[in-house]
Amino acid sequence: MERMPRWADVLLVPLISLILAAAISAIVILAIGENPWNALKIMVTGALGSSYAWGYTLYYATNFIFTGLAVALANHARLFNIGGDGQATVGGLGVALIALYLPWPHWTLALLAAIVASAAFGAAWAAIPAYLQAKRGSHIVITTIMFNYIAYALLTYLLTGPMKPSGTMETATAPFPEGTHIPSFRDLFSHGETILFRGTPANVTFFVAVLACVLVWMLIWKTRLGYEIRAFGFSEGAARYAGIGSTKIIVVTMLLSGALAGLMAINNTLGEAERLILNAVEGAGFIGIAVALMGRSHPLGVFLAAVLFGFLYQGGAELSLSTSIPREMVVVIQALVIMFTGALDNMVRMPVERLFANRRARGTPVAPLAGPTAERAPDRAAPPSTPTTAE
Amino acid sequence: MTKFTTLLGASAALALVAGAALAEPAIIFDLGGKFDKSFNESANAGATRWAEETGETFAEFELTAEAQREQAIRRFAEQGKSPIIMVGFMSATPLNEIAPDYPDTKFVIVDAVVDQPNVRSVVFNEHEGSYLVGMLAAMASQTGTVGFVGGMDIPLIRKFGCGYAQGVMAANPDATVIANFTGTTPAAWNDPAKGSELTLAQIGQGADVVYAAAGGTGVGVLQTAADENILSIGVDSNQNYLHPGQVLTSMVKHVDNAVYEAMKAGEAVETGTQVMGVANEGVGYALDDNNASLITPEMKAAVDEAAAKIASGEIEVHDYSADESCPAIQF
Repeated sequence: MERMPRWADVLLVPLISLILAAAISAIVILAIGENPWNALKIMVTGALGSSYAWGYTLYYATNFIFTGLAVALANHARLFNIGGDGQATVGGLGVALIALYLPWPHWTLALLAAIVASAAFGAAWAAIPAYLQAKRGSHIVITTIMFNYIAYALLTYLLTGPMKPSGTMETATAPFPEGTHIPSFRDLFSHGETILFRGTPANVTFFVAVLACVLVWMLIWKTRLGYEIRAFGFSEGAARYAGIGSTKIIVVTMLLSGALAGLMAINNTLGEAERLILNAVEGAGFIGIAVALMGRSHPLGVFLAAVLFGFLYQGGAELSLSTSIPREMVVVIQALVIMFTGALDNMVRMPVERLFANRRARGTPVAPLAGPTAERAPDRAAPPSTPTTAE
Repeated sequence: MTKFTTLLGASAALALVAGAALAEPAIIFDLGGKFDKSFNESANAGATRWAEETGETFAEFELTAEAQREQAIRRFAEQGKSPIIMVGFMSATPLNEIAPDYPDTKFVIVDAVVDQPNVRSVVFNEHEGSYLVGMLAAMASQTGTVGFVGGMDIPLIRKFGCGYAQGVMAANPDATVIANFTGTTPAAWNDPAKGSELTLAQIGQGADVVYAAAGGTGVGVLQTAADENILSIGVDSNQNYLHPGQVLTSMVKHVDNAVYEAMKAGEAVETGTQVMGVANEGVGYALDDNNASLITPEMKAAVDEAAAKIASGEIEVHDYSADESCPAIQF
């Protein structure tokens, strides 16, 4: 049974949540004696107002698209992959190994190799938790989060010892050779005298991320494997009865999820720093959880949520650069958005649903835009599968 | 597209105007934040002292992401700030790339060397200061076993630990040094509970003096040492006051002075590498009313003699970062 039209589900509810988060943020900013309207203006112009601003917003968004897709895909099989951080860390190791130890004549080849290496390393890091879940019933949340710490420790060991060039204090590998430098947005879009995206880290990896969104969408809704993943997520028992092997689904979904998280490393390692640094992932794996929740596990939703978080990151940086609002305040604003759009989703959703139900009861025709009926999973906070006609 | 170009043009014009005015200094704090009870906080203290004395203002930024290093440096440079001071060795590579783009701007980096004509690099001989507190630790220890709690296991912290172990061995060749690191993520710099656990574990192994080189984690180390009635050694700033009579001494690293001097010199700041060691009082051990009863005249005489010998070059403390090995301890 449909409670409210599709557009309300996809657009109205997140929008109301955002407005609520913004309103509370405004109160907090007022309380510390700053002007909220001014703060909002700085955030919007700083994150969206110029090619420079977009260069940062889309760089952060690229990270979050990959980790968001990783969490979203696993969600469809009811697997909560909380290990995106570790998988991306190890993915970075894969990128660094191919970039440092193999000669690359052209960046296109290096990029392809980096895609393969980061995905393979990320998938490998998800493989053991996947096996343990499938064969031993060890809970995936516990094992993936523990694997994060193993990944950090592994990278710390490598970057303070074997992979660190001697004589430097920095916990990073040597800079990658020239042949692996993938083009930034500046290289791609500047023409003649007009230099766009000056000094910004956004790079060609963004298009890899967009491609990944399309491929994940096709996988989930257009392939047999995607159907099996969704069926498994709805009901493990029913899926098994229908002949879908749970071991295969768990392992394959987790490998794909780990590969997606691993791909994130191309952006920050090959694209931005052009070397592997210890702190490269910076918790993006965890932001991916919020992005997937907010994007309702749909690739288009993940894309939009990732851009929103990119906006919050870059807008937040601009806020601390141009006002005396401390960086902790910026974290509070980000947390409010996560809380309202992710954790408190039902707080907005239920009144909106009731509103639509009342209108229908009174016989008012609602929203011609309504899409095909979607059967909802009982767990609203993270529906494993929400078919969308939004494309 | 036109709008973008206009914006760029406008900001370029602004930068020119700002450059013509008297430049304001700027400081970029590393990821720990300016209240990390460690070197960022010390840098902040130096900047604040300068601002209070002169009545001038400075711009500041606390990094929250790696990608912001370049962003903040470029932004301040384009606003015409000079000198632009950054603390933390991880900014070395970005600065090395950016500095040539702004030849008229002066940059100061603390804890790393960047070889560019418009950059002053300030590095500290933490191994020398750690050597001195290591000697004090060995002389104060009854059990002959002393501990070292590092933050993250990075070369910089090994440099602290290596100098400390050498000092311990110099004062008591039969002593044992136990070294532990708090963690493998930046969270290790701010984990007092883990610092407390490690301290208890080291006490269990017989340690009765523990040196914390772990940022905010050190608060837990010093607290537990005080609770368990053993001695501790603070780091970076003078932490003797935290537990009077129970903190043996602190290895002070005068990041504040480095920042203060750079801001005072303003745009005329001298470039090149400045090494702050025992000789020019860039590092040392802290002696005040809080620990006067713990440092006997013999201990003071011995450590002051060693300091003089380090300053004159008679004692050469091995620097871990020079060859990534340590004669006194295995990490």
